[in-house]
Amino acid sequence: MSRQVKFVQGNEACMEGALYAGVQFYAGYPITPSSEITEGMAMRLPAAGGKFIQMEDEISSICAIVGASLTGHKVMTATSGPGFSLMQEGLGYAIMAEIPCVIVNVMRGGPSTGLPTHGSQGDVMQARWGVHGDHSIVALTASSHQDVFEMTVEAFNIAETYRTPVILLLDETVGHMREKLEIPEPGELPLVERLRTNVREGVNYHPYLPREDGRLPMSDFGGVHRFNVTGLYHDMWGFPTSDPKMVHDLIRHLIDKIENRVNVLARYKEYYLDDAERVMVSYGCSARSALHVVKDRRQRGERLGLLELQTLWPFPADVVKHCCAGKKSVIVVEMNTGQIVHEVKKAVDSPDNVFLANRVDGEYITPPDILKILRLIQGKGV
Amino acid sequence: MALKDYIRERFFPHMWCAGCGHGTVLNSLLRAVEQLGLSKNEIVMVSGIGCSARISGYVDFHSLHTLHGRALAFATGVKLSKPELNVIVPMGDGDALAIGGNHFLHAARRNIGMTAIVMNNKIYGMTGGQFSPLTGIGGMATTAPYASIDRSFDVVEIAKAAGATYVARSTAFHAQECTKMIHDAILHDGFSVVEIMTQCPTYYGRKNKLGEAPDMIKRFKDITTPIGSKAKQENPDLIERGVFVEKNLPEYCAEYDKIIERAKGGA
Repeated sequence: MSRQVKFVQGNEACMEGALYAGVQFYAGYPITPSSEITEGMAMRLPAAGGKFIQMEDEISSICAIVGASLTGHKVMTATSGPGFSLMQEGLGYAIMAEIPCVIVNVMRGGPSTGLPTHGSQGDVMQARWGVHGDHSIVALTASSHQDVFEMTVEAFNIAETYRTPVILLLDETVGHMREKLEIPEPGELPLVERLRTNVREGVNYHPYLPREDGRLPMSDFGGVHRFNVTGLYHDMWGFPTSDPKMVHDLIRHLIDKIENRVNVLARYKEYYLDDAERVMVSYGCSARSALHVVKDRRQRGERLGLLELQTLWPFPADVVKHCCAGKKSVIVVEMNTGQIVHEVKKAVDSPDNVFLANRVDGEYITPPDILKILRLIQGKGV
Repeated sequence: MALKDYIRERFFPHMWCAGCGHGTVLNSLLRAVEQLGLSKNEIVMVSGIGCSARISGYVDFHSLHTLHGRALAFATGVKLSKPELNVIVPMGDGDALAIGGNHFLHAARRNIGMTAIVMNNKIYGMTGGQFSPLTGIGGMATTAPYASIDRSFDVVEIAKAAGATYVARSTAFHAQECTKMIHDAILHDGFSVVEIMTQCPTYYGRKNKLGEAPDMIKRFKDITTPIGSKAKQENPDLIERGVFVEKNLPEYCAEYDKIIERAKGGA
């Protein structure tokens, strides 16, 4: 057997990854530039024995996948900027009720309707803080189709492991770009299946009582354990409470289950970092141009390196701090007015040495764009 | 099974005001479930936000207490992913037809097999007596201190127009009629809507000078009449009760099974 090779869009790579991960239910609403994921699911999911539904909007799409997750299925939705804004309410619900689900946001230019057919990385902070109230979140990204596939599988694995929504933050450039994708053989990538309770019928099951390892085994709707699920603060039965201790314990649990695992959840790639004098930190489509510059300048003897982040949230501060330690300068490459750059500044020992290389006109940031900024930082002029 | 076996006694007393009509609806619902002989494990109660939505916590079924207006969207995910479950969605009038109006229309349009019980007390009770899309012109509310100029929806007409295949209306006075309708709605293979007019003595009654709870309940007897009655011909202002729509059309989950067959290369 050999890997199946395809020439596809990034959005199709995401869909293939979801199918590989075992997605069983998908609800979505058409929006550029993510529609190919929804179209692909409509075509492929029923043949795989799953269910697809086109809902009336993005609000109902995320609500439907939460409902389907509770009956014991792996679930996903995909959208873009305006739709992602509409999903924040349901996303907060999934965080509070601890519902495994994957939400793909193929980023386009914003705010508002913005630039529907152009790339952007402007939703990074929305992914972190779009939901009202204190919370934590997992957000992954990828720069190539192979990585899109693998990060989609990772998103499902993390969602099921930690009973949490996971955001897959792709961008229009990668989503609509075509390149090679090799579909791994079944079993090649590990898949995490849902942890279900072994509490027997007739014995009290507590849906919101974490085990010693912090995990919460689930019971499917329709099964022998009947419990309440709510977006209100709740006790171990899932019943609403405003008891200060229970409220405090729950918000700490929701945040700590992610923030205490920041290094476990960190996914990243290192390029030429060992002897690098200057390091670029980038992610998604921008990392492709950054890597091009690094390789190009290496040939001219400049010791550049790249740290490509694939986990954006929880922000892998320790990894960034370690990779940037002692470097002359750190250049954060992203297609927004500066979002991850602030996290990098917080993480490193010398924030004054951190610079932003960006582009926010709807056009893809190219190697020459980055090179110009690099030369300014190096004092070589443009 | 005794009725009390269908409730979660440890979560009582409930949070409804004295005289609230929602308890009557809960009573009718449980009697309907009892008559149907359904297992508690095969019922999922999905609700949104508001006084009515709290029903889901009080019943010993699988219960999903969701976001304001979104109950039918969550319920759609539950039902389509596991069609063998009986999905019941208790909703308030604001929950169902203001913030959740779009989801209501589309659940009806799809004819997905679940039951929406719209508990219409013409007011937002939980937030303190603001007017709803069912309050209607002239109604008094905390956000309509000079009387409302907003026209009212008609739950039955909307459900019919959107494509619901079982549509009925009753009131908290007619508890046995409610039980029969909820019973039939749950049995119905398609999207069913039961509007139950309920009294909110705390806000709607007080603001509109309709007296105490008993006065409001008796009023339901006086202002309603069975569909097509002689009384209706003589007094067109009377609100009709009964089953307005009951028809068989393809149910959404069953239709999706055909999609799966087609996708797998059959047919």
